[in-house]
Amino acid sequence: MITRFITITLIALIISFSAVAVEPNEVLKDKSLENRARNLSKGLRCLVCQNQSIDDSNADLARDLRVILRERLKAGDSDKEVIGFIVARYGEFVLLDPPVNPRTALLWGGPGLIIIISGISLALWFRRRNTTIAEELSKIEKESLVSLLEDTPDRRGPEK
Amino acid sequence: MKGNFRLTYFIPVIIILTILAIFWSYLSKIKDGKSIQDLPSALINKPTPVFKLPGISVGDKGFDSRELTGKVTLVNIWASWCPPCHVEHPRHMQLASEGIPIYGINYKDKPEAAKNFLNNLGNPYRAIGADRTGKVAIDWGVYGYPETFVVDAKGQIRYRHVGPIMEDDLTNKIRPLIKALKTK
Amino acid sequence: MTAEIGHFSLILALVLSIFQGTIPLAGAALNRNQWVAVARPAARGQFLFVTIAFLSLIYAFLTSDFSVANVAQNSHTLKPILYKFAGVWGNHEGSMVLWVFILALFGLAVAEFGNGLPPTLHARVLAIQGLIGFAFLAFILFTSNPFLRLDPPPMEGNGLNPVLQDPGLAFHPPFLYLGYVGFSIAFSFAVAALIEGRVDPAWARWVRPWTLAAWCALTVGIALGSWWAYYELGWGGWWFWDPVENASFIPWLVGTALLHSSIVVEKRDALKSWTILLAILTFSMSLLGTFLVRSGILTSVHTFASDPERGVFILGLLVFVVGGSLTLYAIRAPMLKGGGLFAPISREGALVLNNLLLTTGAAVVLLGTLYPLILDAVGGGKISVGPPFFNATFVPLMVPVMLAPVVGAMLHWKRGDIGSVLGRLKIALSIALIGIVATGYFAENIKDLLAAGGIGIGVWLIFGSTVEISERISLFRGTFSNSLRRFARLPRSQLGMAIAHGALGIMVLGITASSAWRVENIQLMAPGDIASVSGYSLKFDGTKKIIGPNYQGERGTFIITKDGKKIGTLNPEKRRYPSANSETTEAGILTTISGDLYAVLGDERKNSAQGGSSWTARIYFNPLVAWIWIGAILMAAGGIISLTDRRHRIGPPKTARSPNKNNNKISSI
Repeated sequence: MITRFITITLIALIISFSAVAVEPNEVLKDKSLENRARNLSKGLRCLVCQNQSIDDSNADLARDLRVILRERLKAGDSDKEVIGFIVARYGEFVLLDPPVNPRTALLWGGPGLIIIISGISLALWFRRRNTTIAEELSKIEKESLVSLLEDTPDRRGPEK
Repeated sequence: MKGNFRLTYFIPVIIILTILAIFWSYLSKIKDGKSIQDLPSALINKPTPVFKLPGISVGDKGFDSRELTGKVTLVNIWASWCPPCHVEHPRHMQLASEGIPIYGINYKDKPEAAKNFLNNLGNPYRAIGADRTGKVAIDWGVYGYPETFVVDAKGQIRYRHVGPIMEDDLTNKIRPLIKALKTK
Repeated sequence: MTAEIGHFSLILALVLSIFQGTIPLAGAALNRNQWVAVARPAARGQFLFVTIAFLSLIYAFLTSDFSVANVAQNSHTLKPILYKFAGVWGNHEGSMVLWVFILALFGLAVAEFGNGLPPTLHARVLAIQGLIGFAFLAFILFTSNPFLRLDPPPMEGNGLNPVLQDPGLAFHPPFLYLGYVGFSIAFSFAVAALIEGRVDPAWARWVRPWTLAAWCALTVGIALGSWWAYYELGWGGWWFWDPVENASFIPWLVGTALLHSSIVVEKRDALKSWTILLAILTFSMSLLGTFLVRSGILTSVHTFASDPERGVFILGLLVFVVGGSLTLYAIRAPMLKGGGLFAPISREGALVLNNLLLTTGAAVVLLGTLYPLILDAVGGGKISVGPPFFNATFVPLMVPVMLAPVVGAMLHWKRGDIGSVLGRLKIALSIALIGIVATGYFAENIKDLLAAGGIGIGVWLIFGSTVEISERISLFRGTFSNSLRRFARLPRSQLGMAIAHGALGIMVLGITASSAWRVENIQLMAPGDIASVSGYSLKFDGTKKIIGPNYQGERGTFIITKDGKKIGTLNPEKRRYPSANSETTEAGILTTISGDLYAVLGDERKNSAQGGSSWTARIYFNPLVAWIWIGAILMAAGGIISLTDRRHRIGPPKTARSPNKNNNKISSI
């Protein structure tokens, strides 16, 4: 999992690779608190490893953040307060689940918009096809009717 | 159906070319030296964290965040185990010799190693706080080492530099900023 | 000397590609048969020169010729031979040579197997391939030359990144490129058809095998990549919605849509301009992925060392290939007239729905991948778009995609009856419902309930496909030998489709179970300690030092018992590669049909009191996780079975419909 840090060498940052993510001694005794901590840390991005949550990361900073997060929880912070604490220091970049705000309006609205647009264009396409098809069909039918009538002159048809 | 021209068929090419145009602008920014890893600090134009750190060894003067008001200062987060910190060190010595106050936060270091670093390379810092647990560094939003912050006279963070400070960074960014903040 | 031969061959290939890309096009437009005839020998020559270049690079790597800069930077004498070989494409320059090699190989295949094609279409397809080849050869020669020399040569190379020294990853890129580059054939056919002004069922029959082959390769490539991430990155995850993963997933989604829509063109002569658009987009998305990975505008585990200069070149290439083809599409496509009629509820209707959802899904993944980049480019600051976004948007979109195929495959063409199809599927429907109820009954939270839905979908796909096949061969409704006879006569494409759809079900079960019911146990273990996970006991037996060809490390041993019986051992490793100055973790994995036991060795901690030491061990039980890759491989196998269908055998039928019969001909320019 060290691979996620390859990029880091680009900016010559030094990270200790020593630990595996979530050390036994970090785990809180209180099960529900620990569950909250795990869930929260899964949504926080490890800054030095790109696209990895601090829960998955063995970076030093990720561990420090996990520890701080648990300390805040033990001190009685709500989930929101803990997230706020980290965002105040590191910005919204740490949130793997981007919050809905004007900056992300197109991101969160995008999928819905794409579905609506493609749905409407599909419906329009079907309708247009059906009308042109109906026109063409009626034209073909007329022609065949005429030829039918011509072939069987002894029968009387509704049209000439 | 010759000469059938329908605007809707141009939608794909328009979308793709727009995306490519955005890539182009992004690429030219990278070419101009923008580093895509650099994160803007969340603390810009906010007061510095409040903390009081002990010195590197017992008996050393520590670093209290209250010292950061009343003058334009630099705060440097460093460690002796961090090679880029060695790289940037001469620039700090130079700034210190010009009388620009630099404060150090020694991040997760062994006291002897930190002392050795300073004895060998010189000590540019007005005061050094030893951040053994890394908690103060997290309050500063530090994610890579070294990082250097420019703090104005009101104790507000105005600029953050991630990675070693090179000569270019000094002339292009840090010196002009310090000058501007001083004249304010 | 070999490096110079390789370099020179690339230059020859570049020059030849100019001829291949222009003369046949002009010949086809001006009705000059001799010019048209240039296409085939040019494609052969192209293959020859690119092969020589590729072989010289392989030779340089195998002989550790460090006077070649690329070898010195990416290889090492101590590397096992497999990784010296795989090292050829383990770096940017070499992987581009592999890229053009596959392109030339496909070009050769089209040249040799295209006898049944109308000569002008054949020539145009080869010419477009030649133009693509030109663009990539120029890219290699001007920005990424793998044959540059070093003077003086270093004594030893830098070595390949250790995490990349892995059999899974050694073959990941070739399969990906087979997929990406294979889609270039569909692209060339699409562009050639736009120039010709004709798309008909025969066209779809020619394109389909290429698309199918490329799709199979890409499926295998993505599966290999995710399998590698699973066992190598060390926390048991297998998909991270990482931009580079997405870059390969988007072409797969669009390619899957293309695969389905081309059926409609083939069988019903409808959806023509849409299919052409998909053919162009599939390859375009492959190129976009290449751009993202190599331009340096995003960073990821899989990215090559990046360089903005290259990014600029690839961007230009994208504007040329993608912009050019889509503009041609915008101008020419309105002239393609739709053919066969169908009601919304029909086989065609189901395929349209499939297309709509798959392309929407691809667009959503693209949006999530590019959004942070676009926002940053327009000065909106940095944000992250992680798995939660994709789970919330992409996954729900895929639910109808998973529900539809079984029903769709049983609907009649033109006009179908959903009620009667569901009636025929009542067995599959009941089993799926039982699956949902059985898993939902034990649900403790919403996640479990969602997982129950996932199980239902998986079961539905598997049994629905089974019902479909058994119906076709009249299983249980006549003698068994009759069914066998019918099975033997079953069109391969039918069988392949059912297998692929069932395989998707297997994959869905694996994804659902492994993400919902994974069990984790993290603890500090001293030798002799026992950890228990999901009914298994794992006794830690300590660690041993190991020395590999180019690494040292520790190997831990866990003895697994269940109900008192020993069923296996796990040997997770920690390796240090001195030449690359880095470490990797190798997970210990025991795969069973019900799930994987997965152990990772963490840090050693000396116990000062007793003098021994303890290790951080992370042990997981990942239920059904292997089903994900079994499903993916079966899916590709379904594709390959389809490929062997008589209609799809490479080399299209001689009895192509006469062009006049279809009223699709546009008067040429």
